[in-house]
Amino acid sequence: MHNFVTYYLGTGFIGSLISSALPIAFVLGYALVAMYIELKVSAHMQDRLGPMRTGKWHGWAQPLADVMKLLQKEDTIPYAADKVLYVLAPLLVFVGSYAAYAAIPFSPAYIGANINVGIFYIIAVSAIVVLGILMAGWSSDNKWSLLGAMRTAAQLVSYEIPSSLAVLAVIMVVGSLNLNDVCSAQAGWFWNWFIFGKFPFLFITFVIYFIASLAETNRSPFDIPEAESELVAGYHTEYSGMRFAFFYLAEYANMFTVAAIAAVLFFGGWNSPFGTFMSGPVWGAFWLITKGMVLVFVQMWLRWTLPRFRVDQLMYLSWKILTPFALVNLVAVGLWTVLK
Amino acid sequence: MITKNEELRTKNQDIKVNSVARYFSNIGKGFWTVLVGMKVTMRHLFTPAVTVQYPDARMTIPERGRNRLYVNMDDCIGCNQCAMACPVDCIAIETAKSLPTEDLGVTSTGQKKRLWVTQFDIDFAKCCYCGLCVPPCPTECIYMTNVFEFSDYDRKNLIYSFITLTPEEVAQKVKQAQDAEREAAAKKAAAAAAAAAQKATQAAQKPSATPVVQTATVQQGPPAEKKEAEKEDSSEAKPQEGQSSGSSVDLNESKPN
Repeated sequence: MHNFVTYYLGTGFIGSLISSALPIAFVLGYALVAMYIELKVSAHMQDRLGPMRTGKWHGWAQPLADVMKLLQKEDTIPYAADKVLYVLAPLLVFVGSYAAYAAIPFSPAYIGANINVGIFYIIAVSAIVVLGILMAGWSSDNKWSLLGAMRTAAQLVSYEIPSSLAVLAVIMVVGSLNLNDVCSAQAGWFWNWFIFGKFPFLFITFVIYFIASLAETNRSPFDIPEAESELVAGYHTEYSGMRFAFFYLAEYANMFTVAAIAAVLFFGGWNSPFGTFMSGPVWGAFWLITKGMVLVFVQMWLRWTLPRFRVDQLMYLSWKILTPFALVNLVAVGLWTVLK
Repeated sequence: MITKNEELRTKNQDIKVNSVARYFSNIGKGFWTVLVGMKVTMRHLFTPAVTVQYPDARMTIPERGRNRLYVNMDDCIGCNQCAMACPVDCIAIETAKSLPTEDLGVTSTGQKKRLWVTQFDIDFAKCCYCGLCVPPCPTECIYMTNVFEFSDYDRKNLIYSFITLTPEEVAQKVKQAQDAEREAAAKKAAAAAAAAAQKATQAAQKPSATPVVQTATVQQGPPAEKKEAEKEDSSEAKPQEGQSSGSSVDLNESKPN
């Protein structure tokens, strides 16, 4: 059984509704935790304390307070903004980020939709985010938002190529686009994980995928589109209150999506690192979420370590370093797979 | 000998080789420096934070820092030096002369105090914490403390009054000083009047033989009277001067509170 919800409730309206609402419950809870972790991790990496007073104990309620604040803000639309696009943009961005959760195998007993083109679907649907961001930048009627949006579009589109090539390398090894199959192919102890496979090519693949996915989620050091100190806030400068909250939520959702994909492709997905010990449907969800959170932490770690890339450096990295390496790597992995 | 062509060819080849080598060395360096940076950040993740969580914890303030002033009224002799030195005129001092019979005590430097200090207000909203009032004090009774947390919601509450007399005592001292002045002035006026009267009677009793002399004396009368009148005037002027020096005028005008 691939989806315990539809197994027990059928694939009718109720079953599908609950099955598709489970990831959003997870995303909302995860977003609060991730916001708190980001605040605290960034603070301690900078030898300071972060929030300490909201909620009395080390500021645990800070993300809740932020959400409450955003909910209460005035809903402003710039006078000359293109209203339809302005309203649609955050929705598109969030939908693009959230739709990817349909194909992430949270556990052997829960995957939103067990489609045979899982990873292909995820890559394709994540591209809707680019459309949403361009709409946001254009409809804001703000030069700098537009600049930010153009840069984002260039960045996202450029980094899709090494990202897809890296994913393709792993898929070649597995032989199937279905993410459940990818997980099953890494069953056993942790040395079966793909990150140690076909050494060192799949390790290089992981590095390429991780860097490219950082750029996909607009995280530092690739946060030129957001560039807090350069473009005010890039494409979401003119957004306030709940609309901004959608962008913010979409960013955190994207972070976890990308981390979960990396965990599935390279770190064994819902498999336990100890073979059959601590494995099962519930343990599977635990392992996937834990591996995802570790990679999210690494993303935050990088954010507070590295300075921002310049736009031309960013493009150079994608087209002249990551893409050639990904291509060579693909050939190497393909040869290895075929000749074995 | 290297010809120009050879030189250029080797240079071009150098550049070609160098750019490929540079490409890979850049990638390697980039990767390595990222890892070094990550190690630094990870190390800092576990170093204790340097934040001092005010107001639960406070940093130690040096004692000699220039913060709120304090005046030890036991040592204040009312000399007004600190008020005169203040660049923003935030110190308001008024004094009243003490009677000769009263004993105000002695300052810590051995000086006998002669003035009741009836007003000593420092407006800390105006004070610029420059410390210029501290050196001129002859008894070192005004000095800066390390107190800096005295914000208030009302500006009026920032006018600190340092006198140790109660309002009734203040009124009493001021009144007794004024009374003493008036008495002194009255005494002086009376003394001057008596002296003038004596002089007048002496002049009138002076004998003169000839009528010429008499006329002369009579003629001298008005001038003599004028002189006496002048003397009287001058003797009357003195009490006024005495008054102006008797009541201690605070040379910086008292600011409305």
